[in-house]
Amino acid sequence: MEYILIIISAIFINNVVLAQYLGICPFLGVSNKVNTALGMTGAVTFVIVLATMVTYLIQTYILNKLGIGFMQTITFILVIASLVQMVEIILKKVSQPLYQALGIFLPLITTNCAVLGVAILVIKKEYNLVEGVVYSASTAIGFGLALVILAGIREQLELADVPKGMKGVPMSLVVAGIMALAFMGFTGIVK
Amino acid sequence: MNQLQNFNKGFIRENPVLVLVLGMCPTLATTSSSLNGLGMGIATTFVLVGSNVVISLLSNLIPDKVRIPTFIVIIASFVTIVDLLMQAYVPDLYEKLGIFIPLIVVNCIVLGRAEAFASKNSVFSSLIDGLGMGLGFTMALGILGAFREILGSGAIFGYKFISGDGILVFILAPGAFIALGYLIALINSLKELKKD
Amino acid sequence: MAKTESTFRNMALALTLIALAASTCLGFVYELTKKPIELSNLNKKLDAIKQVVPEFTNNPNEEMFRLPTGEGDSLEIYPAKKDDVIIGYAINTYTKNGFSGNINLMAGFKPDGTIINISVLQQKETPGLGTKMTEPAFKDQFNEKNPSEFILKVIKDGGPVDAITAATISSRAFCDAVQRAYNTLKKGDLK
Repeated sequence: MEYILIIISAIFINNVVLAQYLGICPFLGVSNKVNTALGMTGAVTFVIVLATMVTYLIQTYILNKLGIGFMQTITFILVIASLVQMVEIILKKVSQPLYQALGIFLPLITTNCAVLGVAILVIKKEYNLVEGVVYSASTAIGFGLALVILAGIREQLELADVPKGMKGVPMSLVVAGIMALAFMGFTGIVK
Repeated sequence: MNQLQNFNKGFIRENPVLVLVLGMCPTLATTSSSLNGLGMGIATTFVLVGSNVVISLLSNLIPDKVRIPTFIVIIASFVTIVDLLMQAYVPDLYEKLGIFIPLIVVNCIVLGRAEAFASKNSVFSSLIDGLGMGLGFTMALGILGAFREILGSGAIFGYKFISGDGILVFILAPGAFIALGYLIALINSLKELKKD
Repeated sequence: MAKTESTFRNMALALTLIALAASTCLGFVYELTKKPIELSNLNKKLDAIKQVVPEFTNNPNEEMFRLPTGEGDSLEIYPAKKDDVIIGYAINTYTKNGFSGNINLMAGFKPDGTIINISVLQQKETPGLGTKMTEPAFKDQFNEKNPSEFILKVIKDGGPVDAITAATISSRAFCDAVQRAYNTLKKGDLK
């Protein structure tokens, strides 16, 4: 039951992009086509879940045991950077077209604040390993949801007559704001 | 370019938030009040200047293949230093900025400047570049924060000038997106006007 | 000066040296800031204690003891005395049910369990909504009430607590924290 709450909360109520302000750079950058959005989501989900598992283990069995909690930032980001490097290598071998499609966005997952953010949040919220994995996977789904919705809207906006000053980023931001407003309606789900 | 131009570019022409559209996460998250935004900007500036200087100093000693991990370690160290210092000396601001202080390490501005500028320029130029970009970032955050605080809380720099609530949506997530969107749209329109 | 070559030896050396230098610097700054951090945490607690119990002549922090909550952990109890007579207990309580994370309260009780005052130590609720729990309009309704008669449930759940408009979850979480403190106090069966 607890898990359902974590999942619904992470995807809808406290959506990582629209409510927690994480993962905005890729959100604005990769959302112009639904296909790239989906590919990005897959890659991010993989990295986020793996990263959460590894950082949780490091925090519990190394950082906490040795009392060097202040090394959290450095170790976590190095773990994430290495994981992204690994994903790049694996993707190159396994699926060349996907690797080409994601292009520069793959290494950019390292600077996706959602990945590091979730890793830190799992520790702050004192989740155990299973809860942490559930939470991170749900967060990634929430990220994907927001990304795909925005991509869908932007594909439509290409055909609309947007004022010059609003073209591109400003329009995406305002649309995101309205999406965030809509998602706020989900807070009523939890009685 | 001379150092004055070097400094100014971070401020206006290549303002990281309003022109380059980098560092969005902290921009949206910490600007519910002007003081929070300014605090975040100053913390980021500290990291930016520190890492730019150190990376510039060591740039010739770092083998090319490992430069990204090395940059990351250097930046993360400065972030941790800022984190500890803030926890000790400005605990209220530290709590308000929360998770976004360690997230400075993935602020694309910091890694971006390290890669694009500090690793290829002199120490002094890198310092000025860091200062310009950082203060440009701070200024953008301050403006957005002030805008959201005035409309959303009816206050500025913590001083309320109306009783009761303002237009609450502006201190919440939707307001952040919309306010930033219109701010950038304004800047873009002004740029278009200048062209004509 | 030419750039250092990317030989394996150089790469390994650079990474190791940087890692060592970083860890040393951080360890140094950590030691430097340990005392000020402890001090500021302590001051926050003392300020909260002063707010929730009547004027005392002892040192509650030095006489702090822990009582089990019955849920597997314990809470910090700070006794306030005037001339060696107990006049109140300040309890550092928490709830994990906050809308955006944990909430920490310092709740002051008279020896018979009546609430004196409550101070919010830490919360990350939604600005303008959950954050209103720190305001007297919500918080003060608990003062001078005894949870044995004044059931700590919001009106929606059948109790007398007037929840914050549109912030039911935060209000419920607040009650949960206060209830935890009261239960712990009662379990302790103090005189």
